[in-house]
Amino acid sequence: MDVLVNPTESSLLRFTTAGSVDDGKSTLIGRLLYDSKSIFEDQLLAVEESSKRRGDAHVNLALLTDGLRAEREQGITIDVAYRYFATPRRKFIIADTPGHIQYTRNMVTGASTADLAIILVDARLGVIEQTMRHTYLASLLRISQIVLAVNKMDLVDFDEDTYHKIVADYMKFANGLDYTPNIRPIPISALNGDNVVEKSENTEWYDGPSLLQHLETVQVHAETAADKARFPVQWVIRPISDADDAKLGNLHDYRGFAGRMASGTFHVGDEVSVLPSGMKTRITGIHTFAGEQKTAIPQLSYSITVADEIDTSRGGMIVKAAEPVHTEHEFDAMICWFADKKTLKPRGRFHLRHTTNEVRAVVTDVLYKVNISTLEKSQESQEFSLNDIGCIRLRTSSPIFFDAYAENRTTGSFILVDEQTNNTVAAGMILKPVADGFDESSEISI
Amino acid sequence: MSAITHLQYLESEAIYVLRETAAQFQKPALLFSGGKDSIVMAWLARKAFYPARMPFKLLHVDTGHNFPEAMTYRDWFVQEIGAQLVVGSVQKSIDDGRVQEEKGPYASRNKLQTVTLLDTIEEHQFDACLGGGRRDEEKARAKERFFSHRDEFGQWDPKNQRPELWNIFNGRKHFGEHFRVFPLSNWTEMDIWQYIRQENIPLPSLYFSHKRKIIERHGQLLDTETGFIPLLDEEKPQVKEMIIRFRTVGDATCTGAVTSTASTIDEIVAEVAAARQTERGTRADDKRSETAMEDRKKEGYF
Repeated sequence: MDVLVNPTESSLLRFTTAGSVDDGKSTLIGRLLYDSKSIFEDQLLAVEESSKRRGDAHVNLALLTDGLRAEREQGITIDVAYRYFATPRRKFIIADTPGHIQYTRNMVTGASTADLAIILVDARLGVIEQTMRHTYLASLLRISQIVLAVNKMDLVDFDEDTYHKIVADYMKFANGLDYTPNIRPIPISALNGDNVVEKSENTEWYDGPSLLQHLETVQVHAETAADKARFPVQWVIRPISDADDAKLGNLHDYRGFAGRMASGTFHVGDEVSVLPSGMKTRITGIHTFAGEQKTAIPQLSYSITVADEIDTSRGGMIVKAAEPVHTEHEFDAMICWFADKKTLKPRGRFHLRHTTNEVRAVVTDVLYKVNISTLEKSQESQEFSLNDIGCIRLRTSSPIFFDAYAENRTTGSFILVDEQTNNTVAAGMILKPVADGFDESSEISI
Repeated sequence: MSAITHLQYLESEAIYVLRETAAQFQKPALLFSGGKDSIVMAWLARKAFYPARMPFKLLHVDTGHNFPEAMTYRDWFVQEIGAQLVVGSVQKSIDDGRVQEEKGPYASRNKLQTVTLLDTIEEHQFDACLGGGRRDEEKARAKERFFSHRDEFGQWDPKNQRPELWNIFNGRKHFGEHFRVFPLSNWTEMDIWQYIRQENIPLPSLYFSHKRKIIERHGQLLDTETGFIPLLDEEKPQVKEMIIRFRTVGDATCTGAVTSTASTIDEIVAEVAAARQTERGTRADDKRSETAMEDRKKEGYF
């Protein structure tokens, strides 16, 4: 396989992998890395030596990235590992999430930046509780693409009926979720390589792509014209050096709002609202080091100038005037609790970080918790401990500018930070503002 | 709408992280060694704050065992991008009795840099240091966060790191603690070279094929021209001139060369694509033990 990425055409796909302990996840990742020549000889040699020393029967590919001393000593993966490989068509970043006690926390972390999730199922066992749990988390984090990799097909003689039954079971479950991603089932054998890189002769009844063919071609950044333009302000650029004025022209009046386009597009001349004031103005320039741009597109970083002197800074947001954003200080959100020594309870106080903004927040109510094995909602307990998922109501010290997470993963997500330890203790996904008119002035008028 | 390229994504992500660093900390510094990763990082910092100057000083931890080509380049580059340079000197740490020089033919100042780095951070009250480390280059680095917390002793606790979700980075800290920030976390060696090619970024001549007097020691090709590597008597007759280039550039005592005729960026990209060894395979500092990097990082290394 040619490993040279074509830098002018190749895009990036970020995906995460989920499976139970013996589903063959390491083997699958090892094969993708090995077949794309992303494992080097000295790495392989080092892993072979370590495996021998540890008395492993096979070369243990997990040692490639289980780099920490504690991980190697205990033979476990403690933390999300990021691995990289490329084909001529695409560059890939894998968030490989370990399946131990911290599982939920790790999968949520890995899924938060993923466009696609590979969910592994053992063909002999079919859809089990873990499969449903992984799928629920992928759905909760709004990953739009799932690959259902039915692995170990060699151990069921590549039986078509077995495969179709597993796919049918899985679809029945997935279609019952609040949000059902696009699902691509693929029968594979990670150990032997069937349908991983090349189509396998052992599954002539299967007419879909191999796993790698699918990963190389699947469309994930399906931005549409309907996406609302959102530009959180990170930093205000104000050149103040006379020496630079001489080189770049008079910059005394330059005031650029630096940020990364979260969604939608801006064009020079667009009428925009600038939060927090909500005042309207026009975009006069979309600047980059490479020169002036006519359009700002999602995921790229810019410095934006506007026609009027408007007071905003870090934590503010520029949106299209015709596409208002929620400006509220009370909302409901799904959270996943990450702290192992502390719990979340009603009246708990935190720093809340959302886009480039930070505010204080208090938990005003615990609405329900989700039993992640049965997916049932329960109001029995008001307390979240490690890996608990559920719905809470939060009130913030000042309004934040957000969309529902279902509509926008950037402006709908937040983290909670412990006020004493400064640790990140929860991941949050906003459902909706509390629409009881708590603060009438909080809707921006258009 | 067509998707952006992977280099556009990585560039924008790095610019985002650089701006977050400027916004979340009082006095950040950008660690600059004259190696290709820190050059790319500084290049991105200039882009991130343009047309203003970058709001960081460059910090070079100088072991005193430098390749002269890297020093010439450093001084030119700092001027070129209009940055300010702070130098932390390992020689001064030795003179002040803060650290003791290793002895013998394998002596290296690599490990001593940690003390100099932490002293310099304290002296200048830097509360965040931007590093060019990448997750693909070493297995301990693979576990690093973009925003990596250091306690008041400069130590890294890899088992107890803050989870990083979406693109929300938590730089909150107590007084006396600091952060290491790695904007290039998601870049691979190939991405760095493709970006250097795309942007036409000038590099130190060490990265390109040249003739050099080399001694082969334990399979590593080490420089003998700077005079920083003491030769054993039996090694002296074995020094030979070879056509080499450096794949990484660090302290001269622990940076190994590779035989190569690649003299242009295009040739280097082709060579990297075909390489069957990792770039840190040339680094003596990582070979001291299986977890050499983690052990140094826990103490406060880059």
